[in-house]
Amino acid sequence: MKRAALAGGASLLVASILLIVSGTNPIEATGVLISGSFGTSDKIADTIMAWAPLALAAAGLVVTFSAGLWNIGVEGQVIAGAITATAVARSMGGPGWIVMAVALLAGFVGGAFWGVLAGLLRTRGGVNEIFGGLGLGFVAQAFATYLVIGPWKREGIASTSGTDLFREDVWLPTVGGTRLSLAPVVVTIGVLWWVAWILKSTRFGLELRAVGKNLASARLVGIRSEPVMLGAFVIGGGTAGLAGAFVTMGIQHKLVPAVAGGRGFLAILVVLLAAFAPRWIAPVALFFAAISVGSSQLNLRLDLDSSLGGVLQGVVVLAAVLVAGWQLQRKINRQEEVR
Amino acid sequence: MDATLASIVAAAAPLVYAAIGETITERAGVVNLSLDGSILLAAMTGFAAAYTTNSVIAGFVAAALVGMAVALLVAWSGIALKLNQIAVGFILTILAADLAGFLGDSFNRLPGPTVTARPIPVLENIPVVGQALFDQNISVYGSLLLIVGAAWFLARSRGGLELSAVGERPEAAHSRGIVVNRYRYLATAAGGALVGISGAAFSLDQKAGWAEGSTAGFGWIALAIVIFGGWQPLRVALGCYLFGGLQVVALRLQPVFPGLSQVLPAIPFPLMILSLVIVNSPSIRKLAARAPRIGRLLIPDPPGALGTNFATD
Amino acid sequence: MTLRIDQISKRFGPVQANDAISLEVQPGALHAVLGENGAGKSTLMKILSGFQDADSGSVTLDGAAVSLGDPKAAIASGIGMLHQDPLVVLPFTAIQNFILGTDIDRAEARRLIVETGQRLGFDLDPDRVARTMSVGERQQLEIVRLLSLGVKVLILDEPTSGISTGQRELLFAALRTLASEGLIVLFVSHKLEEVLDLCRSVTVIRRGTVVGERPLPCPPEALVEMMFGEIVTGTTHATGGHGTPLLRVANLHVTGRRQTISDVNLLVDAGEVLGVAGLEGSGQGPLLRALAGLDQTTEGTINLDESDLTNRGHRSFMAAGVHFLPAGRLEEGLFPDLTIAEHLELALGDKTVDWGRADERAKSAIERLSIKGAPNDPVEGLSGGNQQRVLLAMMPERVRLLLMEHPTRGLDIESADVVWTQLLERRTEGTAIVFVSADLDELVSASDRIAVCFDGRILDIVDANTVDANQLGSLIGGQVTA
Repeated sequence: MKRAALAGGASLLVASILLIVSGTNPIEATGVLISGSFGTSDKIADTIMAWAPLALAAAGLVVTFSAGLWNIGVEGQVIAGAITATAVARSMGGPGWIVMAVALLAGFVGGAFWGVLAGLLRTRGGVNEIFGGLGLGFVAQAFATYLVIGPWKREGIASTSGTDLFREDVWLPTVGGTRLSLAPVVVTIGVLWWVAWILKSTRFGLELRAVGKNLASARLVGIRSEPVMLGAFVIGGGTAGLAGAFVTMGIQHKLVPAVAGGRGFLAILVVLLAAFAPRWIAPVALFFAAISVGSSQLNLRLDLDSSLGGVLQGVVVLAAVLVAGWQLQRKINRQEEVR
Repeated sequence: MDATLASIVAAAAPLVYAAIGETITERAGVVNLSLDGSILLAAMTGFAAAYTTNSVIAGFVAAALVGMAVALLVAWSGIALKLNQIAVGFILTILAADLAGFLGDSFNRLPGPTVTARPIPVLENIPVVGQALFDQNISVYGSLLLIVGAAWFLARSRGGLELSAVGERPEAAHSRGIVVNRYRYLATAAGGALVGISGAAFSLDQKAGWAEGSTAGFGWIALAIVIFGGWQPLRVALGCYLFGGLQVVALRLQPVFPGLSQVLPAIPFPLMILSLVIVNSPSIRKLAARAPRIGRLLIPDPPGALGTNFATD
Repeated sequence: MTLRIDQISKRFGPVQANDAISLEVQPGALHAVLGENGAGKSTLMKILSGFQDADSGSVTLDGAAVSLGDPKAAIASGIGMLHQDPLVVLPFTAIQNFILGTDIDRAEARRLIVETGQRLGFDLDPDRVARTMSVGERQQLEIVRLLSLGVKVLILDEPTSGISTGQRELLFAALRTLASEGLIVLFVSHKLEEVLDLCRSVTVIRRGTVVGERPLPCPPEALVEMMFGEIVTGTTHATGGHGTPLLRVANLHVTGRRQTISDVNLLVDAGEVLGVAGLEGSGQGPLLRALAGLDQTTEGTINLDESDLTNRGHRSFMAAGVHFLPAGRLEEGLFPDLTIAEHLELALGDKTVDWGRADERAKSAIERLSIKGAPNDPVEGLSGGNQQRVLLAMMPERVRLLLMEHPTRGLDIESADVVWTQLLERRTEGTAIVFVSADLDELVSASDRIAVCFDGRILDIVDANTVDANQLGSLIGGQVTA
């Protein structure tokens, strides 16, 4: 608890300094953020719609981190999922709800495939998954851009603002006249529960955690590390792809090259702040989603750049990580003195 | 042809600063994953400083300081706090990018000072390379000198030898009285400063002015080029010029292939992945063992202690 | 130039690595420091050469105090150490390694490498890249470098593992030359044969203290007894062995990272306990790992219950009923942060996880083995003895062949007893046990037969009930007696 207080305090301090330096009242800014994310039912809808993909991707990342893997390629997996979902939405005929379901499934599969590629690069090619994932992320981004200004371009205009909008009956249905649709929320809650269940209550989850803690010991109890790691990438990549599919089907309703928009990286920050614990993902992701959505109001109302939201998120995580490290060092130093 | 070469050299200059800076840092054993965000933040700061003081030099200095500060934060959390360099570097790359966007808001899309061209008479008329090497501005000249300087430093000087030892086998360096962590801080500071200069080279020259996210992606590309170039300054520079060449070619082909410049940033990565796969493939390793000279050329070997923390007990 | 080591002590947590060690060595000495793994000789040498600081005590060379805890200061005082894995930077050339950290210029370095090398009988090429040099050549380079820095005391830490016989001869000749020039050579080893060959005096260290000093040559049994403690033989116990052969090893050849073992032929019966003795590094490690299927064999066969398991991989060995208990515990065997219940579930659970059942299983294991911990305690926090008990609890119910590395190393007597009670229970079910140990008491009292490894081979296999102390000591020291 003390750690959280220290970290929170540090972040507040830094954020306030930044705001004052740019000539803004921190209290006013906080007010704008809160009203910008929860002020009206529309805003709440936006916040929840931003929360769902973020929490989804973060849930998958908890799995890959548990296996000791740094899945930095998550952005690429989000894009891969968006691409496959778009492919289905554009080309599949039939009743709207079937197409949507298939598109979402395709999103999971696309992301899982992209994740497994990074995994294979690691298990078969010996390529560190950080650089493999990063590289694949760039490739996915380039591919998405190519699709948007090439084969899937809008009639007559090749524009990076996206493809044509999908037919209306494959837009995820919304409730109450707001932009909130229930599918992402329900699925995200389901996935969060699913991931927690995998890690805690399945043999696979136990083996995953064992591989993440000590590869040599895992071998001795008969665990084969390659299937376990690839399995982690299927889940991690799949949920990220699903997140991408939700953004495409539920928010943008077309393929936009910037569909990932830093969401994947933000999900990594969420997991770091949640200290890799599944039960903290939902609240931390909500916190971050609120900041992201609220910060767009900063521009409109206080003439502040909306990146302030990102700054806040980054400072909070950095402070938490640094404080944790500092406290650990202090503890170790004190132990040395006692000896 | 001459003009094309000249524009390649100019376009690649900022990347050269960043990639060589990171090479120095990584040769000492530190991975600075905050590169992409640092370049953005430094680019913004450099432009802001130059704009307000109307001095390009001030801009470069400010940018260098920013790059150095971020890099030192990564090094400090790894050395003093024993945290994971990758984690901290990653957080910082996002944070620095967002800081750049936020603080740079008021400087968005303003016209500002740029580096003045300073062609060198006589030399610039040498056929083929004259324009490329001698008809540039100070920023580009600096990048050329950097390549030569870094290559000489790492290969021939005592300091460079000690730095390489620190990143390759810190125990061996420590046994010879070299203070490992001090070298790591110095190398990170120097590398970080160069990364900062890279940002200024963007906002005060190649991509004159500041716009949010203007240099996004170049940091990751620099990281890839360091690996592809096998942590050797000359090869890293070659990688930068290859990429610069691709950029220029893409620009020329823009009317014919409209989307090429968008696809461009993706290209270094498959190459880098390929080179990493080759490093680890046992059959290639066997080949290299039999022909050591060629082996060293083909296989980039990372510094032995890259990314690890070193404690003296 | 007398080296005086006075009351050096060093503690690592609960382990007293060096306990008031005192020693005096004269110039021109070829002095051996002998002891088994864990005896404390490495710690002592690290303290002398500045790589470790001491809790108390002092070192003087020719009356001048040597400042401890800094390698460069140690060299300035005249003490240099050649590490087992020579501290050279692999991508550098010999010259670059030589001048690293000094002011010596390249031409001078070149001259020194060639001249000093030649004087000592080495053939060093200054422009050769260290990575392409053999371990022996890297050692030679380091020795030349340390000499050029003016060391008067040269410490060699286990220098002969991993070098060829030819290079060893070169090394010994060079060391003799250096001693005759007045240098002090401290030769740290567990290889009796070489110590007897090269050195003129020896200090034996056991459990952190100096057990004795002798001029050399002297009978190897005396040294073995000092290294391992008094060998108590003749204690009888119920002999196992149902007579049905279980494990058949023929012509086995294994290459480990540092050691090899060859020409291994073994026949172990069900219910039999085979102890494996020998000086550290004689090949026991690779042998055991090969029998577990963890390392590949380049030649020979391993048969269990008439089925050929050779090179089939660890999972096949496990399926055939082989279980390996490693010495490392936390490095290899246990998982930091995971609880006792989770460990048992990993080792013994099946496709579905039932935490209720896992909890029950953990509770009964805790009771059965008297583990001081609760099912949800992470194993990191347990003491060594309790960690070993958890490893024991992770053994499957039906084990045909149990392989153990140093099963009671670092354990208190009570834990050691628990371990062996459990294990001997297994043998009545027909389990065969093969274990490596440096504790001669344990070897003699628990085994039916003892196989002695030496220099990468099994020298002999003796009956544990009838073996005589001298015979065992000689065998371990490398000499077969009639």
